[in-house]
Amino acid sequence: MKRLLYEISESWKIAVAQMQANKTRSMLTALGVIIGIVAVTLMGTAITGIQKGFDKSMSIIGDDVLYVNQFPWSRVDDWWNYRARKKIRTEYADRLNRMIAATPNSNLLIAVPTSSILRSVRYADSNVRNVFVRGTNADYSIVSTVDPKEGRFFNEMEAKGGANVCLIGYDIADALFPTGSPIDKVIYINGNPFKVIGVGARQGSFLGLFSLDSIVTVPLPAFQRYFSANSETDVLVKVKDRERMADAKDELTGLMRRLRALPPEKKNDFDINEQQAFKSTLDPIKNSIAIAGLFITGLSLFVGAIGIMNITFVSVKERTKEIGTRKALGARRRTILLQFLIESTALCLVGGLIGLLLAYLMCFGIGLAVPSFPIELSLGLVMISMLVSVMTGLISGFAPAWSASRLDPVTALRYE
Amino acid sequence: MHPNNTRPPGPIVIDIENITKHYVMGQETVHALRGVTLQIHRNEYLAIMGPSGSGKSTLMNMLGCLDTPSAGRYEFNGKDVSAMDDDELAAIRNREIGFVFQTFNLLPRSTSLRNVELPLIYAGIAPATREEMAAQVLREVGLGDRMHHKPNELSGGQRQRVAIARALVNDPSIILADEPTGNLDSKTGEEIMQLLENLYQRGNTIILVTHEADIATHSRRTVFLRDGLIESDRVTEGVDTQSLAFSN
Repeated sequence: MKRLLYEISESWKIAVAQMQANKTRSMLTALGVIIGIVAVTLMGTAITGIQKGFDKSMSIIGDDVLYVNQFPWSRVDDWWNYRARKKIRTEYADRLNRMIAATPNSNLLIAVPTSSILRSVRYADSNVRNVFVRGTNADYSIVSTVDPKEGRFFNEMEAKGGANVCLIGYDIADALFPTGSPIDKVIYINGNPFKVIGVGARQGSFLGLFSLDSIVTVPLPAFQRYFSANSETDVLVKVKDRERMADAKDELTGLMRRLRALPPEKKNDFDINEQQAFKSTLDPIKNSIAIAGLFITGLSLFVGAIGIMNITFVSVKERTKEIGTRKALGARRRTILLQFLIESTALCLVGGLIGLLLAYLMCFGIGLAVPSFPIELSLGLVMISMLVSVMTGLISGFAPAWSASRLDPVTALRYE
Repeated sequence: MHPNNTRPPGPIVIDIENITKHYVMGQETVHALRGVTLQIHRNEYLAIMGPSGSGKSTLMNMLGCLDTPSAGRYEFNGKDVSAMDDDELAAIRNREIGFVFQTFNLLPRSTSLRNVELPLIYAGIAPATREEMAAQVLREVGLGDRMHHKPNELSGGQRQRVAIARALVNDPSIILADEPTGNLDSKTGEEIMQLLENLYQRGNTIILVTHEADIATHSRRTVFLRDGLIESDRVTEGVDTQSLAFSN
């Protein structure tokens, strides 16, 4: 055991000495690994970034909220059948709440209506188009995952009375009020004045599709007063126990069928959506992107590994006589195997470290240039990259190291 | 300076009985050794001579446990070596045999000290002890002031002294010197032979492989090989036969 330790420490010294003696060659060989590690690491950061963005988007939907919609969230081939369905109406929420209250041991907590439409918003000379305007009631703060960064949500009285008050998203605040607080200022939504009472915390975008910060929330009666035509209505239902989502979904389906007075033989003319529906649609896509990306970048690492294998073979050939001498002096097969494995691993480790440094700098650069690009170099990824470089060294060095360890000492000593 | 102070031989170290070695080269089988029987005692100074192709190198590889015989028995200190595997042979080489090569075979990028330490690493000796032992042997071969020099900073004679120190450091049963003066000028060669003589006088067993007759005269016993067989095995010319007592 002690001998193994001495052999390993000796091998490390030899490996370092070899790299110092063949600087150019070592650097060129390591370059293959550097490029490979940079590619794999950057791909890894992109995948982690996408995953994080995805998770964040999912968390905004909420894992304990059911959405009553006209359309399902998953892709359908016969959309015309869904278009003919009856619209979801805001008053369903009140009726659902009454039914929930009347159901003993209901797993549903509360139903909240939301109506939405795209409108432009103006303050002084600044104008923002295509803002997602949402009308809802005071209970929205229960189902929402967003807290106001500044100010407050509207209260029961404002919600019921349909006061001209609003909460604005982070981006709207940023665009209309680059300096100073928006609170108590009056903005115009399609020309109608609303007083800002709160600003939402920053959310980013939903799956990179649309900004969750370009949103204005107003009391439902006010919404209906100004924007009711062509608006889209959904009902959000919060669940008590998120472990029993399926039960909750069944319960809600039953309530909706009662509400719509559907006879048993008729199919649902509404859809109940949840976070899971998104996940099951998007997970396979996300995973295949990750696998394809890692495979393609992995190829560059593979090329780097071939370079390492090649240079280790050259090294074994060059130092055949040295191997013979070492064997004559009592080096065992294991000793020689270890020596060359450690040499190739050291080379890969140097390549990996430089690669990681470059990847880090690139991430930093990309982060500065394109802040919205989802990229994240985590400690776990660093560890994985180092592990990958070590494994690359071990795997690519094995064949040459094995052949070195099997050399016949007589032949090796005679080699010139 | 002909040596006459022959030392009494000790117990048998190497006991070879009727060993053969053949190599298959393409269609042909080369019989390098055709049946060699040889006994070498502790504290002998033996020269193995012979023209090229005589099987001299093959016998040396065999004695040095670098190779195993095709047939025959080889006992080293009473242990049967002929059936050992690679790693067992490596262990024997490490502990029992000190090699001195014609081309020195030092590691070019390591200092004298590190070169001498090498067998000790493979023997599993701790770093501090290793360095102490290596330094001690280097001083013994007269290189106390060259410990931190690399081979390219040393003369040929000094390099061979480092190699001898490396052969000695593990206190082996035999020192196997293959043409140790082959790459040296005659004056330096003579110094190296003097060093080997000193080691012999201190009780080491030395096996010298050479094709040079005047180098072989430093030994006390000369084995002459021809065509894979021992042609003669006798007291080296000019050695006082009175003090010798070979077993055969």
